[in-house]
Amino acid sequence: MALISTAGLARTFRTKHGPVEAVRGIDLTVREGEILGFLGPNGAGKTTTLRMLTTLLAPTGGTATVAGCDLAGDPAGVRAACGYVAQSGGVDPQITVREELVTQGRFYRLGKARAAERARELARDLDLTDLLDRRCGALSGGQRRRLDIAMALTHRPRVLFLDEPTTGLDPGSRAGLWELVRRLRDEHGTTVFLTTHYLDEADALADRLVIVDRGVVAAEGTPGALKLAHCGSIDASLQDTFLAITGRGPSPAESAPVAV
Amino acid sequence: MLLHDTALVYGRYLRQSLRSRFALLFGVLMPLLYLLFFGPLLTGLPLGGRGDSWQVLVPGLLLQLGLFGASFAGFMIILEKGQGVVERMRVTPVSRLALLLGRVLREATVFVFQAVLLVLAAVAMGLRAPLPGVLIGFGFVALLTVSLAALSYALAMKVATPQGFGPVVNALTMPAMLLSGLMLPMTLGPRWLDVLSHFMPFRYLVDALRDAYVGQYATAHMLYGVLVAVGLAVLSVAVGTRVFRTAGA
Repeated sequence: MALISTAGLARTFRTKHGPVEAVRGIDLTVREGEILGFLGPNGAGKTTTLRMLTTLLAPTGGTATVAGCDLAGDPAGVRAACGYVAQSGGVDPQITVREELVTQGRFYRLGKARAAERARELARDLDLTDLLDRRCGALSGGQRRRLDIAMALTHRPRVLFLDEPTTGLDPGSRAGLWELVRRLRDEHGTTVFLTTHYLDEADALADRLVIVDRGVVAAEGTPGALKLAHCGSIDASLQDTFLAITGRGPSPAESAPVAV
Repeated sequence: MLLHDTALVYGRYLRQSLRSRFALLFGVLMPLLYLLFFGPLLTGLPLGGRGDSWQVLVPGLLLQLGLFGASFAGFMIILEKGQGVVERMRVTPVSRLALLLGRVLREATVFVFQAVLLVLAAVAMGLRAPLPGVLIGFGFVALLTVSLAALSYALAMKVATPQGFGPVVNALTMPAMLLSGLMLPMTLGPRWLDVLSHFMPFRYLVDALRDAYVGQYATAHMLYGVLVAVGLAVLSVAVGTRVFRTAGA
């Protein structure tokens, strides 16, 4: 069953230099319980699409439904169904982990006691219990990411949007985050919609890929099917496949994980 | 729901203010310096109004406090946009209007607190003013803060960087201070300046506040002051609401 479906979803920004079509018409469906890798070169429209699907940005064209709720007609329903972790995260470095988690619970209309309990549950699930009384600014990159995700999971959303969740993380933290994403899908049936620049991440983690380029969907399918279709072999590298589809490679800095 | 959400947002930001006690006190510094080093210069001068020079100066300093403090409130949100805090909150079911109102009410609380400190210091310097007048003064500070903070937050939602925000606010607050007669009554100046200053809304607040500080509450100044202060607050919150509901930030 399609948890997310879009038809001609588009966004044009007005700028000093005239209109910029960041997203020109995205058609895609995401099935319930799958991990979707949303790939594309810089400026392809990935973040803009994510921000539209999470009600942060109004589309200038097309339609979309998330968890059965129409994006334009029922934004509150969409917000209730989705969690969103922006590339920058979303916590105040001056505030403690506990306070951010509890306030987030209160934002989701939990009572005081329930919000405190939910904060403890999330901390336990995401291995943050020992960090509850630390300031968010004192966390490591990996811990910070787990906190961002914990915040987004407060209301047990059916779909989790992650915008470049592993950018800037060390290899150990990346592996931990992959584990976490898989666990969310396997244990809770959460649908995960993630953007990434790391092709190895997409290859290892995603059930299916949607590759966008210049604001439209350039290709979609399982990693294996895409390799077969665009490079003639299931053993081809995703890098070559990506190049064949978009006609340009990700820059070297983006294709390799940030190591050591 | 709106009340509940506003209270939550207000609580979060008020705790944030309480954590930085230094900033809380630092805000009073500029008007306090005026009080200490500028106030005594006026004590013997004929200022054209009723009451002594402190009753003329302190109302101006109170509004200066609100003007300079609240106009820069938006810096906070530019910082929070960078941290992703704004977007994170906007994806929750919390009313987007509450995200504005909670913040604006926090500003009003902080500035009324600072205004109390300033008035206490002024009393120590020699200010004598009727209590109802002083309380009315706090009301004006609160309304002015609500207006300016709402506008400041709205502007901050629209600009991307602090570099784009600071100069604009500076360019607006400096003439606002000079043209509203915060330091000295405009009636002392030449006719053209007095006329020009009537186009500056804060002028009406200062005049009303000076009346309040000499215990005159049923005056034309007071009427205009209240109308302008309330009108400005309604208009500013309406602008802020519009931006907060729709902004792609």
